[in-house]
Amino acid sequence: MTLKTRQLELEVLRYDPEKDSEPHFQAYSVSCPEDWAILDALNYVKENLDTTLSYRWSCHMMVCGSCGMMVNGEPSLTCKTFIRDLPDKVRIEPLQNFPIERDLVVVLDDVMDKLQRAQPWIIRQDDPPPPDVEYNQPRAALYKFKQYTMCINCMCCYAACPQYGLDPSFIGPAALAMAHRYNLDSRDQGKSQRLDILADHDGVWDCSFVGACSEVCPKSVDPAAAIQQMKVDGAIEWWKQKLPGGKS
Amino acid sequence: MSRQPYVRPMPKASWYLGNARYRRYMLREVTCLLVGVYCALLIWALAALSSGSPERWGAFLAAQQNTAMVVFHALALVYYLVYMTFDWFKLAPKAMPVQFGEQKLPGSVIVIGHYVAWIAVTLFVLWLAGVLQT
Repeated sequence: MTLKTRQLELEVLRYDPEKDSEPHFQAYSVSCPEDWAILDALNYVKENLDTTLSYRWSCHMMVCGSCGMMVNGEPSLTCKTFIRDLPDKVRIEPLQNFPIERDLVVVLDDVMDKLQRAQPWIIRQDDPPPPDVEYNQPRAALYKFKQYTMCINCMCCYAACPQYGLDPSFIGPAALAMAHRYNLDSRDQGKSQRLDILADHDGVWDCSFVGACSEVCPKSVDPAAAIQQMKVDGAIEWWKQKLPGGKS
Repeated sequence: MSRQPYVRPMPKASWYLGNARYRRYMLREVTCLLVGVYCALLIWALAALSSGSPERWGAFLAAQQNTAMVVFHALALVYYLVYMTFDWFKLAPKAMPVQFGEQKLPGSVIVIGHYVAWIAVTLFVLWLAGVLQT
């Protein structure tokens, strides 16, 4: 059985730093089987129509987080954005709020630095257990943070966040969700270490709860929830410090 | 090959106009203006009370009973309920998730709890103001 095909008009934002002073749209007409994702259409363009088109992708199965782009203005993983759900004319742009390196490739240096600042790894204050002993974790403790482990760093949440767009010093949704994931982890002892950075002006208090990050997340992570919970944590810690005998 | 990343700054004044999600957010945030108006009214009332002058207090009460002011209060209440209260109650389970053992308390229970608390506080305030007689 052959699949039905649809003629898709792709408008792709192009930018060649060596030739262009600013980006411009280029149109491609692609005949797409109805089970294609946008990434398949881009691969068709690259392989058959225009080899100069640049974009990132790797796994084509919603795991690597490389193929995040704006599809008709919505931050999307192009490997899970299907032709059948879209109109005949589709506009594809690089992720919003990031500088464009070339065509659909964006510069991610800033968020990579922010992920480091959030220290998304297990921090221990006491001595590590002997090599043959594991950190035990009950299932109930795992369920507290499990959804945040689904983040694949596709950065769609940063593209959706107007706070990050207006003020790029904001640490941003994915990095804060990652920090919260480790703060909630029963094996971790680094919460106070992270609080110094995250409760700062550029941390959780810069978020005004637009909630767009959670709405666009292709993995159903809820960074907006993580940030609000961290605000509660930060406020409790602040009050603890103000109480008589509280730590400074 | 030199790197020359192209930066697309977000327009400071009009960033929310082209996106329904952002417009909805701005409709919520604009409720701060209503809070500002209520603060001004409260300050006016306190100033009238603290002056000890029955005329000034009477003038404040008369201003509140003006038809235009009653309409404003009614519209402000509806706007605030629709764009702030309902929105925030809906978002409460995100900020305050409750987990018992391996089970998470359904978000709807937390939302309903907020409505119950809201009604209880409202009734208490009305009782305190003498509107509700025991």
